[in-house]
Amino acid sequence: MTDSMILTDVSDIAARYPEWITADGRPGYSGYIVAADHLLEFCRMVRDDLDYDLLSMVAGVDYITENMMEVVYYVYKTTGGGALVFKVQTPRDNPVVPSIFPIYPGAELQEREIYDLFGINFEGHPDLRRIFLWEGFAGHPMRKDWKEPYYEEELKPFKSRWPQGHVYRAEDELTPLKDNVQFPAGFDPYDWEAEGEQMLYAQLRKLQNAGDEELKTDRMIVNLGPQHPSTHGVFRMAALIEGEQVVELKPVVGYLHRNHEKIGERNTWQQNMPFTDRLDYISSISNNFGYVLAVEKLMNVKPPERAEYLRVLFAELTRLSNHLMAVGFLLNDLGAYFTPALYGLEERELILDIFEIVTGSRMMCNYMRFGGVVRDLPEGSYEKIRDLAFDRLPRKIDDIDAYLTGNEIVRVRCEGIGVLTAEEAIKYSLTGPNLRASGVPYDIRRADPYSIYDRFDFDVVVRYHGDVYDRYLVRLEEMRQSIRIIQQALKAIPEGPIMTGKSAYQVRVPAGEAYGRVEGPKGELGFYVISNGKGNPYRYHVRAPSFINLHGLAPMSRGGKIADVVVNLGALDIVLGEIDR
Amino acid sequence: MSTEELNTPGMQVPPELQNQVSITTLNRIYNWSRRNSLWPMMFGLACCAIEMICAAAARYDFARFGFEVMRPSPRQADVMIVSGTVTKKMIPQIVRLYNQMPEPKYVIAMGACASGGGPFKEGYNVVSGVDKFIPVDVYIPGCPPTPQALLNGMITLQKKVDNESLKEVRWYKKGASEPIPVPVLGPDLMDPRKFGLIKEESQKMLEQQQMPGTGPAAEEAPAV
Amino acid sequence: MNGLGIIRGLGVTFKHFFQTYLEDLRAGKGRYFTEEGVQARSRADQKGLFTVQYPEEKLPVPEEFRYNPFLVYDEGPNGEQNLRCTSCGICAKACPPQCIWIVRSDDPVTGRPVPVPAEFYIDIDICMNCGSCAEFCPFDAIKMDHEYEIASYDRIAHHIYDKAKLSKSAQYYATIRPTNAAREDAERAAKEAAKAAKAAERPVRKIGPENAN
Repeated sequence: MTDSMILTDVSDIAARYPEWITADGRPGYSGYIVAADHLLEFCRMVRDDLDYDLLSMVAGVDYITENMMEVVYYVYKTTGGGALVFKVQTPRDNPVVPSIFPIYPGAELQEREIYDLFGINFEGHPDLRRIFLWEGFAGHPMRKDWKEPYYEEELKPFKSRWPQGHVYRAEDELTPLKDNVQFPAGFDPYDWEAEGEQMLYAQLRKLQNAGDEELKTDRMIVNLGPQHPSTHGVFRMAALIEGEQVVELKPVVGYLHRNHEKIGERNTWQQNMPFTDRLDYISSISNNFGYVLAVEKLMNVKPPERAEYLRVLFAELTRLSNHLMAVGFLLNDLGAYFTPALYGLEERELILDIFEIVTGSRMMCNYMRFGGVVRDLPEGSYEKIRDLAFDRLPRKIDDIDAYLTGNEIVRVRCEGIGVLTAEEAIKYSLTGPNLRASGVPYDIRRADPYSIYDRFDFDVVVRYHGDVYDRYLVRLEEMRQSIRIIQQALKAIPEGPIMTGKSAYQVRVPAGEAYGRVEGPKGELGFYVISNGKGNPYRYHVRAPSFINLHGLAPMSRGGKIADVVVNLGALDIVLGEIDR
Repeated sequence: MSTEELNTPGMQVPPELQNQVSITTLNRIYNWSRRNSLWPMMFGLACCAIEMICAAAARYDFARFGFEVMRPSPRQADVMIVSGTVTKKMIPQIVRLYNQMPEPKYVIAMGACASGGGPFKEGYNVVSGVDKFIPVDVYIPGCPPTPQALLNGMITLQKKVDNESLKEVRWYKKGASEPIPVPVLGPDLMDPRKFGLIKEESQKMLEQQQMPGTGPAAEEAPAV
Repeated sequence: MNGLGIIRGLGVTFKHFFQTYLEDLRAGKGRYFTEEGVQARSRADQKGLFTVQYPEEKLPVPEEFRYNPFLVYDEGPNGEQNLRCTSCGICAKACPPQCIWIVRSDDPVTGRPVPVPAEFYIDIDICMNCGSCAEFCPFDAIKMDHEYEIASYDRIAHHIYDKAKLSKSAQYYATIRPTNAAREDAERAAKEAAKAAKAAERPVRKIGPENAN
């Protein structure tokens, strides 16, 4: 690429090409703004010369007053360290940005998401279709001027609730059709021809007739889901199969698209907290964690010592409960119906009991606040956590290990299935246990430590085969490491306050952008927030690990048997609340 | 199988026969056998589905009530537990699944989302309660309902079954019951039962826009 | 491929299976259908049967457990219900899904707002049980309930809770959340005492209307 000068830093590129790359000078912002026509060139330099090999997040932002849309990219090095941020701007009337798919294939689904919700066209994208909504849906909902049928006011809190809050149901009062729907003027439903899934199937049909010429077998398209017992929710896959073999597979998502981000931009900062619980509903406290980190970066507050310990303690308990469930349900998908899952759920119940005692809810913990946590450990809960962490859980994890790891059927079904090499895993932006099972020791708790993780002694669990069995082993071992962290945290937790300042229902956040990320149980969970200095976020985007890990599903499944697709899915450990948001 | 539950009150059974003979009505034995083998459909939507799994697992174990096993096929299921947020993209499938269930069939709306939209009600892709499309028998409030709350809801459903009468139940009425029309995904979700209304409203909107001097579309409106 | 792994795994399940009977024998009567039994089966050292046989035995909910919100009233000397709520509207503003509706009442003579809600509604089909209202209420007037057995056959008529349905006594609150209630009562008493002391210090200064919000 470069012949005369070795690039060591992104500022070298900026210095070299001042005509198309500038530093982002807006107050509170960081990174570089790259001209759209040089984006691919820039990406190539960043990846090949600067070693930023992991594309973490792509987000769209609609700056309506500047009549401009922006696409924000965050890339990281898998060897650790901070982010490189770059942005591309495009006019609002005809937003076009080149797709970075050729360089970072992990952008595929994220670019589709932006196309769906913002209407930005990505030139050169191999399969640019709507992802959460369906073909034919009117409008791009995340644009700031798009209004939903139940639109009431731009920002919460709504004025109609107090002091003259005469109760109503939204469907009775807000829309003419008495339902959560709206249609373009002059629309005639009798003339409507649903486009349906034609575009999805067209992609698969291209391959349908490209079979082996010598031995002619029919290839057919099979749909799995959205109502399928082992798709972990309302997930759907369209697979092109030849006999038992999968030729191509497309994930179809959006069946649980709950408009998290649109609602998130209407909410106040604090109101978003319980909504984050419902992203990855199996591990709600890690969602809280990511969100408070992002907002605390902007607010520039730090929680007190005890709160930091409590956060780590509960984040690790969450990881345990998630992995117990993941391991159990992987076995479910393998056909070991329910006993392993029951064993996992039994331990999970005991962890949930602790959540219920401390936070008030089993699943939707709503535990963290900006600058601390909501509640100290009530009486008796410390002992409960101690008993679990020092006695029961290590024993039970050994039990699960003895029960499953050596089982020959499990090994036959898992070893060598769904293999992803380290290069592939990085290329498709996989994170979390799935990346580590492919031999990349990338754990944000170590690579870019947040909170107080740098004080704990734990191992980053890595396995090197990149198959389903290694993913299982990584999760099993990670549980042991989590217990180690919990044990250290329990011993070292200091007395003291749990909040910096006072928790308020409305906070003002200084203008700027921030990206807070944690090593969630499923991978890198990031929150990208933009504040314009007011009481509500201007942009609120979630980098959901399950969603981006889905890039790995098709490469894992290609060439394998159709029965292994569910196993691959189980090993990826997805949760739909997070994928569809 | 306690005979007290099955026996019709007021009927005197001689003491020597009390544990061997039950005197009951047809209604009672019909409902008794039905209420103790309501098989739910294995079908989860969102957060509540996890609590449903917990209710099926070791600690709460709803098999104790005869909710024996979850069936992945709607053809073998009696109860549909709508466990989670119903989105517009998913409702056609839910209606189709409901239509495929054989009578007698029941629906439990688990949690705030399934009952009335829940916290996500304001969202553009969320159906304001599954009862907009399919009839719901029991609503369980909560976000999410704990497994015990779900069990309570299921017992509530059993009580409903207890009070049904053979003479009145809809599946013995003459004539086949009509399937619920499956919603269509258009520019927004379209309920086939409301096509006329949708057309009317959109026409009204068009007329409003075409009225001179109102709205930006006034200039662009085609002069016919 | 010798099957030893499977046999070892089966050993784990067999151990699990027989433990139930061993524990039953060891613990004897009182393991089932008693409060202590349920608690013993939920402890970290529990073995054997894990099932809680709802509805005969119920898993106790912890004090912080939150379900739907309710309004706390203090009982007056003549049995009247004095809601603690001053209709300041903070809960309605803090509520993430905006499911609280409050009508503030006005004095019919002066037209100025009085600190009592005229109407108070919560749509529990929207409520997400997050506890924000209770957390941010400055008057300890709205709290999260423990009552979860509220399944119903009809939502249109029953699922918008009004003031009458939401009101529950302070005694009830103190029974479901004893430590919280005691702490809050003490805090409130201290505040009142401080206020009274201040008022006694400067009796001349007139203090504005009490309904500052």
